Amino acid sequence: MTDFLINWIAGIPVTAAPYALAALGLIISERSGILNLSAEGLMLVGAMTGVASCIVLGGHPLIALVIAMVASSVVSLLFAMLTVVLRINQVIAGLAIVFFCQGLTGLIGNLAGWQNHPIAGLDKWTIGPLSEIPGIGKILFIQDPVVYLAIPIFYLVNRVLRFSMVGLNLRAVGENPAAADAAGVSVALYRIAAIVAGSALVGLAGAYISVVGVKLWFTGMVGGRGWIAVALVIFARWAPWPALGGALLFGCIEAVIPRIAAAGIRVPQYLMLMLPYLATIAVMVWAGATQRGGAGEPGALGQPHVREERR
Amino acid sequence: MTIALTLTGIRKSFDGFLALDDAAFSVGGGEVHALLGENGAGKSSLMNVAAGLYAPDSGEIAIDGRPVVLAGPADARRHGVGMVHQHFKLVKPFTVAENILLANPRPGYRRGMAATREAIARQAETLGFAIEPDRRVADLSIAEQQQVEIVKVLVGGVRILILDEPTAVLTDAEADRLLETVRRLAETGVAVVLVTHKLYEVKRHADAVTVMRGGRTVATADPRTASTAELTELTVGQTTPLPARASFDHGGTRLNVGALTCARADGQVTLADLSFFVRSGEIYGVAGVSGNGQAELAEALVGIRPPLAGEIWVEGAGDLAKAAPTARRDAAVAAIPADRFSHALAGSLSIAENFAVGEVHCGRYGGWPLIDRNAMRRATAAAVAAFDVQGVRSLRQKAALLSGGNAQKLVIAREFSREPAVVVAHSPSRGLDARACGAVHQRLLAARDAGAAVVVISEDLDEILTLSDRIAVMSRGRIVAEFDRPADRQAIGRAMVDHG
Repeated sequence: MTDFLINWIAGIPVTAAPYALAALGLIISERSGILNLSAEGLMLVGAMTGVASCIVLGGHPLIALVIAMVASSVVSLLFAMLTVVLRINQVIAGLAIVFFCQGLTGLIGNLAGWQNHPIAGLDKWTIGPLSEIPGIGKILFIQDPVVYLAIPIFYLVNRVLRFSMVGLNLRAVGENPAAADAAGVSVALYRIAAIVAGSALVGLAGAYISVVGVKLWFTGMVGGRGWIAVALVIFARWAPWPALGGALLFGCIEAVIPRIAAAGIRVPQYLMLMLPYLATIAVMVWAGATQRGGAGEPGALGQPHVREERR
Repeated sequence: MTIALTLTGIRKSFDGFLALDDAAFSVGGGEVHALLGENGAGKSSLMNVAAGLYAPDSGEIAIDGRPVVLAGPADARRHGVGMVHQHFKLVKPFTVAENILLANPRPGYRRGMAATREAIARQAETLGFAIEPDRRVADLSIAEQQQVEIVKVLVGGVRILILDEPTAVLTDAEADRLLETVRRLAETGVAVVLVTHKLYEVKRHADAVTVMRGGRTVATADPRTASTAELTELTVGQTTPLPARASFDHGGTRLNVGALTCARADGQVTLADLSFFVRSGEIYGVAGVSGNGQAELAEALVGIRPPLAGEIWVEGAGDLAKAAPTARRDAAVAAIPADRFSHALAGSLSIAENFAVGEVHCGRYGGWPLIDRNAMRRATAAAVAAFDVQGVRSLRQKAALLSGGNAQKLVIAREFSREPAVVVAHSPSRGLDARACGAVHQRLLAARDAGAAVVVISEDLDEILTLSDRIAVMSRGRIVAEFDRPADRQAIGRAMVDHG
């Protein structure tokens, strides 16, 4: 039983990291007032480019992760153009990007023959003697570099959002673009930058699944995690640390699924696979029932900004 | 006196509508210069041009004698022009200091924050404001938010301060205090532009006045020598006096509000055991300092906010306290909310749709599958003519394009399209000019004469005194005093403040 618990907990960071990074990326763009549903699609782009760069370019897997981030950011420019420049309904634009990316990654990946092509992937770091500590050692000190990096990334994003001029402007753009505009902040520039920066993290989340987690790529491998990240953002009330907490919760659920089967406990397989989505609904119900009045939601979320509109 | 800001030959149009036509204006340092005009006369548009928010189609802006082209509000502030808008440009969830730092960026967040706090403290002391930098703007009263706006502009080193209808949202006492502050500011050499439609403010507080009408600046005068009649003539063209009121000839109780209790989501009680009655053919005025439960009372009466307890009894319809808005409509309860574009009109829908929505549910324009748009347009056209709604180029035009006064007339046209039994009007003349205000008041008096029970909730004591047959004073969610007409203004004022 202890072994089961330790293995389960040690497996959580790997399953939680994609949720955490994607949710954090979404928080950045949604804090600027852009309702961002494009995560699932951009994660697919990240997942494919990550593996593609491992196969085609070789080199250190961390480079593949960086390339995946850049690729997602580039694709997100399309989303930024639709929502910020053309001011298309942000829900529609987000959905369009998801379906576009699903088709695009499937097409390119299969044409190039990257489907089910195994890669070396990113290894776990073993942190010296600390990893020898029974139990805790395996949980805390044998993880991959991205998991360790995630903590400073969360710290940094939280800090920039709350205690920097850039963060102040970004939040103002998301809460009240007219006020930000009157204060001389370029609403369009901040929104585009927030989408691009956030999408880099979303792309990293996608690449993490393929390069670090599964260590191969197949069509549609993100499997709805992007949508769960969207829900996580609402659950976390657009704040980074609660989003990390939520990601760990989903990591727990996802990590337990294969282990229950492995432990020989007979539960219907599809019921288990349904668990994360069931948990999403449960979390949303809980969020809706306890958090009244839209606290934390950026005031202008989903609203395009036009300057010279007369009322 | 040096000329600080000069605007000449300014033209600006929106979607083919000429909002400003060859407008000219100038203000000097140390001067309080009023810009007087009706709503829709172009005062705000002209000042938005001066503040860099609108780019003029043609015309010249000069600051300190040098012609400038303003790239945006931030650029205008660099040139020393700052504007406090009628609708505050504040980020509500931010603190006071965050808002001021946002508008006046400084390198380095922590150092910037420290410097901003110092600047706030300095300005607050000069102006006599009690501003706490760490309070959330959403928690501040309207008057306090306005103080934040003024400090925000001044911290940026502005020498030309534009105040757009600054007293429209304030009580009498708050307005007086603000205008004293404005005078003190002018004494330090700041050029102040006071956009207003209130004549007495111009007479009492301005050094000079420029009058606008229909997008043009029609005259500049000295308010101390120009007579009120002259200025009114310039502003309105012609005046419409309020009709003599018919004698007070009321019937039986039409509306009875009993032990009404309301609370906000956080549990704070906003209406405590409030009771009153209104008879048919009577206007019941509810006065009070803003934020004492008037908004909640209006919302409870029209059905936006269900009360925790108590009854709202309407003759012939029974208790409507928990009734849906349609049930209230069927009982002929007319609602004229304070915020026209949040609670009365859908700005992005057409005028015809906004008018017809009042009766569409009772099948006036066809059954459930199809709507008779022709009938809708005919009814709207008739109502638009009958209620003198101006600025309607087409019935398909968006309601948001109507000026405040005409939007309010459209609301009244809809609400009065069937003979109302009860009228609930919250700040019915807020933001309206003299003529539109007179028209609205006429309609309310006509409804009273036709036998409706009219409740007028307003923070404008003049409005209450003009209209009401009986006056109640609200304080902390209760009615603390009632007065019969003719009421003593002083006594009402005391009742408002004593309990407040």
